[in-house]
Amino acid sequence: MPPMPETGARSFRGLPASPGLAAGTLVLLDDGPSVGAGTQVADSKSPDGEAERLRGAITAATQDLAGLMEQLDEETAGIIEFQIAMLEDDALVDPALQAISEGTAAEAAWQAALDAQVADYEAAEDEYFQARASDLKDLRDRVLRNLAGASGARALPDGAVLAGREITPSRFLETDWSRGGGLALRQGSPSSHVAMLARARGVPMVVGLGDADLPEAGEVLLNGDDGVLIVDPDDQARAAFTLRQQAASSNRQLEEAYRSKPAVTRDGTAIAVMINVADPDELDDLEPADCDGIGLVRSEFLFHGPGGLPDEEQQYLAYSRILRWAGDKPVVIRTLDAGGDKPIAGLTADNESNPFLGLRGLRLSLARPEVFKVQLRALARAALQGNLKIMLPMVTRPEELTQARRLYAEALAALRAEGVACGEAPLGMMVEVPAAAIAPELFAEAAFFSIGSNDLTQYVTAAGRDIAAVTDLNDSTHPAVLKLIHALIKGAAAMECDVSLCGDAGGEPSEIPDLLRCGLRSLSVAPLALGRAKAAIAETDLADAHA
Amino acid sequence: MEQASVFMTHEIGLHARPSVKLTKLAKTFTAKIELAIAGAEGPWIDAKSIVKVMAAKAPKETTLFFRAEGEDAGAALAALTALVERDFDEGKADAANA
Repeated sequence: MPPMPETGARSFRGLPASPGLAAGTLVLLDDGPSVGAGTQVADSKSPDGEAERLRGAITAATQDLAGLMEQLDEETAGIIEFQIAMLEDDALVDPALQAISEGTAAEAAWQAALDAQVADYEAAEDEYFQARASDLKDLRDRVLRNLAGASGARALPDGAVLAGREITPSRFLETDWSRGGGLALRQGSPSSHVAMLARARGVPMVVGLGDADLPEAGEVLLNGDDGVLIVDPDDQARAAFTLRQQAASSNRQLEEAYRSKPAVTRDGTAIAVMINVADPDELDDLEPADCDGIGLVRSEFLFHGPGGLPDEEQQYLAYSRILRWAGDKPVVIRTLDAGGDKPIAGLTADNESNPFLGLRGLRLSLARPEVFKVQLRALARAALQGNLKIMLPMVTRPEELTQARRLYAEALAALRAEGVACGEAPLGMMVEVPAAAIAPELFAEAAFFSIGSNDLTQYVTAAGRDIAAVTDLNDSTHPAVLKLIHALIKGAAAMECDVSLCGDAGGEPSEIPDLLRCGLRSLSVAPLALGRAKAAIAETDLADAHA
Repeated sequence: MEQASVFMTHEIGLHARPSVKLTKLAKTFTAKIELAIAGAEGPWIDAKSIVKVMAAKAPKETTLFFRAEGEDAGAALAALTALVERDFDEGKADAANA
């Protein structure tokens, strides 16, 4: 895309924290309307009138929250639902109404009642309950704003760009983003909680703008893709920005259009695009026709339930549900990949000094065969419900594969001896440990390979994704990673073994061309990335790579 | 007056989301329902009030005592203890954010 013209307009560069484009009016956070503590209202009339005002303000605040909740994910909505339940509880309001009946103004009465609640939570021993003081403060201030006549205190002009030093997560959540808008911050970080919320909600955000000139009510163009804020744009900048917005919008439509089509490169090479599934509930909103199967089912979801480790029946039902959804398309279910950054109480080892290099994945399953066998039995039974493939994570030596195959054969034999219907599914492996990626020929027993690009990248670059200071080193496009993937695919081809890739890299439009040039013809991506992955595939030309 | 008690194993205690679920469920019954966390002698609080239930600040591994009075008291106690036994239908991921 062309660079944004900077003539006639002042352009400030920060760091992109959430992609997207927003054109609007600057609203300064730091100078936003605030409500002073203990605000007294001069024209307070009668206790009845004051009680009426308070009830009205609470109702309005409840409606604000209810409106806010509709756009939130389940996790965030839970907190707002709690706030609403508190506001609707007479026990919260009664002390304020009591004070009003004794002649206190609505503002002071509400403030005092809620301050008492806040103090009570702040005094809690338990850290969690202490933190709820902030919810009570939110409620206090929200109702006070409504009392100030300002349901509008936080109402923003359409598409307002909030600007300031920093923004709290609660302020972010309080803001109605449904009419567009963006965030331009002097400080902040792309890895902050607010940045994550902004990305999840599709709110463009730029951080690290430093001492940029941010005039209240100034017209701005915010570019969250590149981390640029343009203040007081001229016609030329506006026109360029509009073009860019149109391109982004048609991009989205393009992705939507690609979503349901088979993936084919520009030169006509067909690519299989499957989806990664972490929870069967995700499938409810998806069409099997949009993908070529499920390239990765993370079976960990079964192991985090409140009831402890899942029994055979629970697992069988969950696997069967997924297999039936996919019909005759392949479904690759990965056996438990606990450990590393995915601890499971009562199963994974505590106190490992370096869990990513410890007892995780298949290593753990082989160390706990009584747990592994339950999963293998459930999988053997579910195999009759669809096109199942079983995938083993973290395979490092061929002996581990042999051992897993033996356990699987034993599970099948036991089921048959019990007269339980079961089927044999192919047993393949993840390739994420460099030892396996470097020497695939050792693993001739594997029915298929699937590249776990996240772990492979972190093991090859010796840089963890969860360690902010080294995230730039954790680069799945590092030539060494691509070279390894290329060699693995050639090695697998010589063995006539299918290879797919199920890491995040497969859903990144910028990485897909490289991966396809390595010879990869099968990807498994997050369901949300289906459209953009297929669009990126369609733009890739492999004509010169077929040599 | 009917009584019941249930041991709460929920990972983090009677926090925001579990409290919302508990009080919402309690409100579906006409019986007067009360909750105590210190013991069967009380003090008793209104199990339909989220403000009161949260203010009890029950940590994990607390025994919750319920008592109910009214036509559907028995059904109310059964439903509430079942909710606690189901760990408030919260998965592990939820618990971290509850």
